[in-house]
Amino acid sequence: MSDILTGTYFVHGDWACAEGAIAAGCRFYAAYPITPATEIAERLASRLPEVGGRFIQFEDELGAIASVLGASYAGLKAMTATSGPGMSLMLENIGLAVMTEAPCVIVNVMRGGPSTGQPTAGAQGDVMQCRWGTHGDVEIIALAPESVQEMFDLTIEAFNLSEEYRVPVFLLPDANIGHLYERVNIPEKGKIRIVNRKKPSVEPDQYKPFEADGSLVPPMACFGEGYRFYVTGLTHDEHGYPDMSIEGQDRLVRRLCDKIRRNAGRIQRVEEHMVEDCDLLVVAYGITARSALSAVRQARAEGIKAGLLRLITLWPFPDKKLEELAGRVKIVLVAEMNYGQLVREVERAVRPTRVTFLPKIGDEPPRPDEILTEMRRALHG
Amino acid sequence: MVKADNNHPHGGTLRVDRLPHIWCQGCGLGIILHCYAEALEETGIDLDRVVTISGIGCAGRASGYVNTDGFHTTHGRALPFATGVGIAKPDLKSVVISGDGDLFSIGGNHLIHAARRNVDILVVCSNNFNYGMTGAQFGPTTPSGTRTPTSPYGNIENPFNLVALVAAAGATYVSRWTVYHTKMLKNSMKRGLEKRGFSFIEVISPCTTGYGRLNRMSPVDMMRALRDFGKIKKVPPTEATIDPTREIVLGEFVDVEKPTYNDVFSSLYGKTGAL
Repeated sequence: MSDILTGTYFVHGDWACAEGAIAAGCRFYAAYPITPATEIAERLASRLPEVGGRFIQFEDELGAIASVLGASYAGLKAMTATSGPGMSLMLENIGLAVMTEAPCVIVNVMRGGPSTGQPTAGAQGDVMQCRWGTHGDVEIIALAPESVQEMFDLTIEAFNLSEEYRVPVFLLPDANIGHLYERVNIPEKGKIRIVNRKKPSVEPDQYKPFEADGSLVPPMACFGEGYRFYVTGLTHDEHGYPDMSIEGQDRLVRRLCDKIRRNAGRIQRVEEHMVEDCDLLVVAYGITARSALSAVRQARAEGIKAGLLRLITLWPFPDKKLEELAGRVKIVLVAEMNYGQLVREVERAVRPTRVTFLPKIGDEPPRPDEILTEMRRALHG
Repeated sequence: MVKADNNHPHGGTLRVDRLPHIWCQGCGLGIILHCYAEALEETGIDLDRVVTISGIGCAGRASGYVNTDGFHTTHGRALPFATGVGIAKPDLKSVVISGDGDLFSIGGNHLIHAARRNVDILVVCSNNFNYGMTGAQFGPTTPSGTRTPTSPYGNIENPFNLVALVAAAGATYVSRWTVYHTKMLKNSMKRGLEKRGFSFIEVISPCTTGYGRLNRMSPVDMMRALRDFGKIKKVPPTEATIDPTREIVLGEFVDVEKPTYNDVFSSLYGKTGAL
């Protein structure tokens, strides 16, 4: 069967994510079953063997993510998907992926937490965990889809970014998007942009696995290609060998972070609606952004100059875009399905512009009328 | 890749630029590394097709001294990493060299499942009866009653019998040697390198700085004990017991053929496994 099922389908978000992975060139998937991400595993268990890929169900999420790193270093594009409790277990080797610059994609279909929480209920409660959950100074990339179409498109984007920057990339759909059924268009093969990791151009005895040029991203050899290189989760020099010096730690941490920080402008994607003349800017992402857009339209109809900034890239956080818009608006309204997470980043970025927050805890996204009521209250007190 | 150093007897197989290694005087890990280098050389296996993988701890550093592709993973996760490599690239041979704490405590769940799956991996487990790197605390192999920094009144837990556990989990090759029995150990490694499937070799190895010092044994005493108490027997793995002060049963306990994970995958999907 074809690797790209060009056509139009009425499917759920997890299905679209699985097909996006295959279209991006993913040929290894490892996971442990968990609601509400299981459907991604079920789809890939049947699809990957059809395209010459490998599916493996692991004994736990600790092992699943470790095997994804192994497959990535063996040369395959590799992915795992999970939800809150599994995500917590994976954080250990997310750090190893950052440290060893292993390209990989981690899908966290977010459910209600903390702990076991509400397995079948949607939430946006893991956006800070994804950024700061693993220990040490890290930079990662995270994307938040708002539709089934974006579950397909952004999964491909996640693979492209992970290959380009050699960094773990998170896809962070809320369970509402993961389980939502709607239309998805899968384009023709030639119209899908695919990025592959940069390969070394030197002879094996000249190869230094962690020597980077101005891009700060080292070319990547893979196991079995004759380079015979060594990789460690310890702080290492450009040869990959352990380096316990103060200077070595400083140099490596700066490069690992700066390769993302310096390219933040190229990585970040947002979508703007009616922001040109707005007094009140709503900031939202995922399923919440759909409610927010409806609320902004209703607000405009009653004369409130509202606009929406939808965050597609959550990390690196689009500070500059928010700074730019904050100078032009009176108030910023953040709506998200948690008790206050990304709002902290918005507050930091737009200071001293006033920020009001509409939290929503539990499976239901904030309704358009709830967002509209909050707009009126914020503007008129 | 490091250039071969003809002045060293294993100059093509070891990363001579990384020597001397970090291990303590009297530690058995250098002997294990030496046997591994000899086994690689004598089998004539293409070093480009071998990936040496390790976890955390003293033994975890072994992967950094071998001139193959190598990866030093997080604590306990060498086996799932190796599983990913072995399934993604079935033509590569993954060798995991790690310690008893790494493989059987924090990584214990992965070990039994890797054995059950029968992925093509050779595991060399250096068993020194304690957590050496952190200062000789008791672990899942420490004999009952032993005093360690975290069992100051004697270890109140029971140790695993590693070979019996791995055999029960489905490994296709299981043996136990000590670092005194170098010829047998090397031959066992050669068998594991050539065999397809999950192979497990336990190597009893002295931790002179930790276990030895705390239990008033000199490095020489510890090596003598391996010589005097090591007894080669043809017994089922459940009878391959360890009493470090009386008898350590050695030998090959399992050597059977079973289809590997990749064999079954390929036959199910009618693919060759070439990706």
